[in-house]
Amino acid sequence: MASHAAAALHSASGADAGHQNGHEHHHYTTTGLDNRKIAIWAFLGSECMLFASLISTYLIYKGKSIVGPYPTTEWVNEAGKVFKPILDIPTTSASTAVLLMSSFAMVLALQAVQLKGKEIAATASWWERIQRSSQFWLAATAFLGATFLGFQAYEFTSFVHEGLTLKTNLFGSTFFTLTGFHGAHVTVGVLWLMSLLWIDRTRGLGPKDELVVDICALYWHFVDVVWIVIFTLVYLIS
Amino acid sequence: MSDDAKHATETHHPTGNQYLKIAIILTVITAIEVWAYYIPALVASPLFNPALIIMSALKFAIVVLYYMHIKFDHSLFRLLFTASLILAMCTGTALMFLFGVFKL
Repeated sequence: MASHAAAALHSASGADAGHQNGHEHHHYTTTGLDNRKIAIWAFLGSECMLFASLISTYLIYKGKSIVGPYPTTEWVNEAGKVFKPILDIPTTSASTAVLLMSSFAMVLALQAVQLKGKEIAATASWWERIQRSSQFWLAATAFLGATFLGFQAYEFTSFVHEGLTLKTNLFGSTFFTLTGFHGAHVTVGVLWLMSLLWIDRTRGLGPKDELVVDICALYWHFVDVVWIVIFTLVYLIS
Repeated sequence: MSDDAKHATETHHPTGNQYLKIAIILTVITAIEVWAYYIPALVASPLFNPALIIMSALKFAIVVLYYMHIKFDHSLFRLLFTASLILAMCTGTALMFLFGVFKL
């Protein structure tokens, strides 16, 4: 009975992703759950701590910069030069929408991998057909992630041109540290997605690889939820 | 079969169309947040910041529940993530008390 339960859980958690080359590599634990999936959730939990400390530091030093440029108000320096508010809400709103859409593409990539090999009706619409293409959705997610990074590179460059660097003031230090760490996470995610896309193009990802894609998807969605918090607390709240 | 195993085998994830609806909801909430930012009367309201935080928390919860499948997955994953999240929020709040952002 216990072995049946373990087998069911093993199957449900996608632990059979390790079946390759005729060998079975079981990763499930005494809980019946795959150790890799437990590990990614534990890792994401530790990431919550990291980003909570970075966001708290930003909020602690918010409004305490002695010199500008400031995020939402003008600043005039001793030479009389006027620095406009530095945050560019329309651009950041666009990049936020791009990251949200990338999460949507990611869930469809996972679903496409899960459904691979299952028959599709001849009368299926283009939307139903495109949902089966894991390569399309993995590429779309990586592209949207890279677009988000492009927005961030543009934002950082324009801030530096407007006089805000990591060393300018407390706002600059905390802002670049927080958003820079997030950008580094997005970069890792894009590289991860591109490696999955490469595997999909060379040998093809199938239901047996569900867990591998699921772990990447969890990381990607986590990066998205962190940005949801950053966008509100750093950019929108007055 | 144990209850956990039954649960694990019976749960199912949303469909592509449901994921699309979730994406539309997330986009609409983001649009409302940005729209509110450009209305001076709303920004001046004492309810502006709490409303933004509630909308942000709603988006966070939707992504974690549906896109990360925590609603449909094993309870151990839910426990691992929510316990860490609560601990992180408590740590952040404690830091802000320590540095005088919040005062008792």
